[in-house]
Amino acid sequence: MAKEVSECTVWEIRVMKLMGTPVGDRNNWSISNYFYLQVLAACFYPALLEDDSLPLDVKQRAESLLRECDGGSVGSYTDSSGITKIKHCVSQFITRRDGGVPSSPDNIFIKSGSQTIMLKLLIHSKDSCQTGVLIPVPTYASFIIALEEQGAAIIPYHLCEEQGWTLQVEELRKALHTGRKTCNPVALYICNPGNPTGHIQSRKSIEEVIRFAAEERLFILADEVYQSCVYGDDTEFYSYKKVLSEMGSTICSTVELASFNSVSKGFMGECGLRGGYMELVNLDPAVKEYASRLFSARSCPPVVGQIALDLMADPPKPGDPSFPTFSEVGEVFAELPGISCQPLKAGFFVFPCLHFSLKAIKWAKKRQMEPDMLYCLRLLEETGLHVRPGCEYGQRKDSHHIRFVKADDFHISLFKIKDAME
Amino acid sequence: MCSIHTVIPHPLFCCCYETLNGKCLALRTNITSFSKAMSENGALPLRGKVLTLDTMNANVKKVDYAVRGPIVQRAVQIEKELKEGVKKPFEEVIKANIGDAHAMGQRPITFFRQVMALCTYPQLLDDNKFPEDAKNRARRILQSCGGNSIGAYTTSQGIDCVRHDVANYIQRRDGGIPSDPDNIYLTTGASDGIVTILKLLTTGEGRTRTGVMISIPQYPLYSASIAELGAVQINYYLNEEKCWSLDISELQRSLQAAREHCNPCVLCIINPGNPTGQVQSRQCIEDVIRFAAKENLFLMADEVYQDNVYAEGCAFHSFKKVLFEMGPEYSSKVELASFHSTSKCYMGECGFRGGYMEVMNMDPEVKAQLTKLVSVRLCPPAPGQALMDLVVNSPQPGEPSYQTFMKERTAVLSALAEKAKLTEEILNTVPGISCNPVQGAMYSFPRITLPERSINEAKAKGQAPDMFYCMKLLEETGICLVPGSGFGQREGTYHFRMTILPPTDKLKIMLNKLKEFHQKFTQQYS
Repeated sequence: MAKEVSECTVWEIRVMKLMGTPVGDRNNWSISNYFYLQVLAACFYPALLEDDSLPLDVKQRAESLLRECDGGSVGSYTDSSGITKIKHCVSQFITRRDGGVPSSPDNIFIKSGSQTIMLKLLIHSKDSCQTGVLIPVPTYASFIIALEEQGAAIIPYHLCEEQGWTLQVEELRKALHTGRKTCNPVALYICNPGNPTGHIQSRKSIEEVIRFAAEERLFILADEVYQSCVYGDDTEFYSYKKVLSEMGSTICSTVELASFNSVSKGFMGECGLRGGYMELVNLDPAVKEYASRLFSARSCPPVVGQIALDLMADPPKPGDPSFPTFSEVGEVFAELPGISCQPLKAGFFVFPCLHFSLKAIKWAKKRQMEPDMLYCLRLLEETGLHVRPGCEYGQRKDSHHIRFVKADDFHISLFKIKDAME
Repeated sequence: MCSIHTVIPHPLFCCCYETLNGKCLALRTNITSFSKAMSENGALPLRGKVLTLDTMNANVKKVDYAVRGPIVQRAVQIEKELKEGVKKPFEEVIKANIGDAHAMGQRPITFFRQVMALCTYPQLLDDNKFPEDAKNRARRILQSCGGNSIGAYTTSQGIDCVRHDVANYIQRRDGGIPSDPDNIYLTTGASDGIVTILKLLTTGEGRTRTGVMISIPQYPLYSASIAELGAVQINYYLNEEKCWSLDISELQRSLQAAREHCNPCVLCIINPGNPTGQVQSRQCIEDVIRFAAKENLFLMADEVYQDNVYAEGCAFHSFKKVLFEMGPEYSSKVELASFHSTSKCYMGECGFRGGYMEVMNMDPEVKAQLTKLVSVRLCPPAPGQALMDLVVNSPQPGEPSYQTFMKERTAVLSALAEKAKLTEEILNTVPGISCNPVQGAMYSFPRITLPERSINEAKAKGQAPDMFYCMKLLEETGICLVPGSGFGQREGTYHFRMTILPPTDKLKIMLNKLKEFHQKFTQQYS
């Protein structure tokens, strides 16, 4: 080990040493941006609002959220579909995301696990003619269990691996045809961005799928929980709702759609808080009434998760005291030699480019490893910091990256590096 | 036997269920080829919706949760109208329909909220305004969480150290009877646990369909879930004349009748009771256990109000404790699931959705299925789990926060006891209202005598007579209660459920307004 260290460039050692802020036994990545944590803490314990240390925007946000809670407490029940103001916030987020396509808070239901409720509405588990749901292969296990639990017939359609796990309508057609022999297919489940595949549907593909659903009378369940995690230069996330809205009056006013999003995967990655929502498009109003009843029998979604959703949908803006915490990361990198980083526009990962010396590249080659992979291993050993190498995600030949999470201690360590470099 | 139901009067679109497979498919083929023809001509067929009242899962139509039902919707509307300046005979809506303590002004327990803040924003661990015992709890919880963060997913069964703490609490509470953390499942409120167990137990078709015994009156989560799951609801009536007590002979009667048309295998009991507030005697609990053993019933003990016991001579006895004190003949055999939550007692933290269940004597293979079932919803909210931990691991004598904690806890419980007595007293002064003692929980479920004319008018409107009464009450006084029909009651009797949660002063005003209203209503419809 020691011998390998001595073969690194001086720069690399310095970076590694300076990146060594103690992280304890943090072996899962998690988001920790002060703003969110401060708002949540103040909501739990409003005495903190009298604290001078909390920024003004934190206090204001916490106060405005507490005002929406009965008795000013996050311990109270809320409306079954979520706090009205937060649903408004989410609908505005959706409208912004979709470039102006209107979204009504009345069609928004806050609930992590709202997919199960849709399944409950759609599936007759006791019918002689079993209800079928089309699902992609591969798909994640707990969704399959959820379908089995409801007594649905599973109709698999295969994603095309050779073409990057794309969805082919012909495959959908084939699957549906087969499915109709043994059950009554009513719904088409899509996961975009895909889990576990990571692929993102092109706009054209989404249109084809919507047209298919319209022709074959299928209810679309669009699982879009990974929508904030989009990497790469040429990829863009299109929501099913947006594409649907731009497809002509017949289709856009008739195809039934339920879209799902959550705080678990995207911007915040706060899975344990269980904040999520479902937006319904073109649902029969009489059925919506029953959907509301199902939600009400489940009391209400956890208030903390609702707050997390509000913070995700309406993060600090330029000018807010808490805003700099986001953008500084990129700026600091810009000042470090040997590392460069594109401006951070979205998501919660940082993907800077490392410019290794020829010596470092040769050294890695000798060990039959990608240079960025080796860098990550050294970093982990030296400092306990866990970052992922760019080679795991795909990058242009001869370029090297690391991916890490915008976490507090990185923020501190970045400044440490910056100070040391000066 | 084939029947085809036309949903929309259009030749293309038929919905068919209750048909033989062949017929069902034939129709669909017609639809498909027609729509293909249409699209080939360049026009998409006008489509009826895929999901309509007729195509929807029929079980869902039977789901009714009165606590948040139409009367509450009207109350919310009235609140809006008041905000907009509409003149009403009252200034505010008093929502005495739902067991939400904080909404009615009860303060959260300081210690719990301090630890929650510390868990969420660990930088506060350096803040000397927080007591050491709060910090220690926070550190312990965080260490047990993935990534040292309360924002991470936890295992589906719940955070390890929390389950251990829950097991320790149960052991202490039950005088040393051991509790295995492996039998503890943390849940999203008690409701999640209750529904999960019902799901697990519901099986069969027709005469072999699972029957679930539940008390009448009951908390409508049970009836709603039974309806949703398509299980069979088996009612056993609590004895109103004897303070809502449970008679084994009534259990026997209802079981026997049910065996004619279903397969009864579950017995649900809520103790302390909701909506009735009765606290079961130890003898009664033993009798129920003996009955469940004899008749091979899975016992579900909903004990979320276990700290809410007010009446003299009443005490909470957990089903688990009694079961084990009845000896191995019962304790090794009777299958039991007990439920608790952070929403009630002295905490009132409904919005956190914290809870747990302990399962005893469950078949290991079934338990494996249970573990799989809970994995579908990934995990209960981590903050709820953390809060549950604090409830079972509250400040102990000698710890810095102990005195304040006990002061706050005692204040809440004694205020509730006072309000329970007050409610019973005042309501019993009203001719036409008769109220059993509120021995525990958070509600009173008084019987109301309704004039014949009001009953007829209600029926003409298609409304349950007590709903008619409660709606009038809401419109005239702003008081929102839930009619007894939402909980179940003996035929020909009427009740309402009101919470005892509003602050004492407001409660007095509310009870007096109710008194006035009842007298006026009785006169008006006589």
